[in-house]
Amino acid sequence: MTDLTRLSAAELAETLARKEASSVEATRAHLDRIAAVDGDVHAFLHVSSDDALATAADVDARRAAGEELHPLAGVPIAVKDVVVTKGMPSTAGSKILEGWIPPYDATLVEKLRAAGLPILGKTNMDEFAMGSSTEHSAYGNTHNPWDLDRIPGGSGGGSAAAVAAFEAPLAIGTDTGGSIRQPGAVTGTVGVKPTYGGVSRYGLIAMASSLDQAGPVTRTVLDSALLHELIGGHDPRDSTSIPEPLPPLVEAARQGALGDLSGLRVGVVKELQGEGYQAGVLARFHESLELLTKAGAEIVEVSCPHFGYALDAYYLIMPAEASSNLAKFDGMRFGLRVEPTDGPVTAERVMAATRGAGFGDEVKRRVILGTYALSAGYYDAYYGSAQKVRTLVQRDFDAAFAQADVLVSPTAPTTAFKLGEKLDDPLAMYLNDVATIPANLAGVPGISVPNGLAATSEGGAGLPTGFQILAPAKADDRLYRVGAALESALESTWGAPLLSRAPELG
Amino acid sequence: MSTISRDEVARVAALARIDLRDDEVDRLAGELDVIVDSIARVNEVATPDVPATSHPLPLTNVFREDVPAPALPVADVLAAAPDAQDGRFAVPQILGEE
Repeated sequence: MTDLTRLSAAELAETLARKEASSVEATRAHLDRIAAVDGDVHAFLHVSSDDALATAADVDARRAAGEELHPLAGVPIAVKDVVVTKGMPSTAGSKILEGWIPPYDATLVEKLRAAGLPILGKTNMDEFAMGSSTEHSAYGNTHNPWDLDRIPGGSGGGSAAAVAAFEAPLAIGTDTGGSIRQPGAVTGTVGVKPTYGGVSRYGLIAMASSLDQAGPVTRTVLDSALLHELIGGHDPRDSTSIPEPLPPLVEAARQGALGDLSGLRVGVVKELQGEGYQAGVLARFHESLELLTKAGAEIVEVSCPHFGYALDAYYLIMPAEASSNLAKFDGMRFGLRVEPTDGPVTAERVMAATRGAGFGDEVKRRVILGTYALSAGYYDAYYGSAQKVRTLVQRDFDAAFAQADVLVSPTAPTTAFKLGEKLDDPLAMYLNDVATIPANLAGVPGISVPNGLAATSEGGAGLPTGFQILAPAKADDRLYRVGAALESALESTWGAPLLSRAPELG
Repeated sequence: MSTISRDEVARVAALARIDLRDDEVDRLAGELDVIVDSIARVNEVATPDVPATSHPLPLTNVFREDVPAPALPVADVLAAAPDAQDGRFAVPQILGEE
């Protein structure tokens, strides 16, 4: 019998629809896979076997009764631990939320449940999504399935690793500065950051509200489109949710896979290559550009001169918003409460003791940076100035999209580095997101598509690289058209998906 | 040379309501300079003629119909609280002693 964990979500959905396998069988196969390999990978913080199997059994019964089901009904999914799930622990990778069971579901989780996707569990992440390697999780590292000594990217390293290790065909990620796309690049998986407001933020434990966006983490472009259409769309509970319907994404992916990009103008962002980018990453990038040219696209070079300031602006805006959002962790209504060891037990002192004990180093660092940036006398000079850079980055995008239909770059400047290698150097860590951050500042959508393997400085067989495609706001369909065209061109040169070359685990 | 002093870090940590150990204050005093460097670079281009952007997509006056909807059950909410009493959150003494 087919190994159900090796199918794409679209293939598994068809297998279930044809009744060649049941959702219970598919869910059990993934739970077995988790039991076999997650001791090494540690993608999951919580595995919800009973809940997932109950959903699967319900879907099977409804299918047997002839009920019309969502196309992804019965296809299991993993959810990043920053997304609240009723009755299932949601820690956001922090000790301050250890054991917290949310009393409600995020809107996107409601949609997953309504469509009948069994939720396998919650995936590991940097604490409150603050990091690019998942090493800032309070619950231990996640390991890259391509090389267990290396990082899976972050903050959504757990979701990317779960999908790359065939522990789940689908996962949910969130992307504030690259936390979906960069883990996708370093694990050989697909990750999509939708247009800001394209997927509801209701029920996401917020880091930076003007930047956060949830999106799909999958092994194929089509799977991302299927999941994006399910979780996206207007939500009255999120006041920043886009009121218009999504463009047709699945259709765009299917059309793109036919491989004809005639008439498409692809803009190569001059500022997102060169210094700091690994040679192998650039080599794969240029090969992908050739494939797009062969598919009929026209390549043009565009300049976005303010992207060089995006990282600095981001590291002012993100901590400022995070320091405000994380004020809710006060030890009063949910989560950890720690009393001071001496002196009076007042609410303020309990709050300080709780946060001192419950937050990890990177969270303290960012909350204090943000508090400093927002404190009296600094607000205009810091947060205000950074917001001006946001305007300049948006103008760069506007000018670039006047010359090109999509913009492209390597997703991450390097392949996966060794666990621990950059942990003591926050600036080196932050540079991982140099190519992904501009999209968050401007709100435009982006996808990372696996586009090959690159040798590291130590040599070796090579590690995955990612190709980033950016589109104008609300034109997410372009990501899928171009992404699927590239994926299909790459797979015909490789003869198989990239992940078929990943080492066996377990 | 650190531009942000140890005392400054301790003051901001108090504003942020985070108890820091001495070694944490020392470390952060060295690390917070990054923000000074960032702002120096940002100010190369953040000139007075450039308007600020707070949100990527401009949406204003987002309203919904004023229709009552059920709130979360009190028991479910209090079940996740560190302490509860009489259907309410139980919190420590709010005011310090004089």
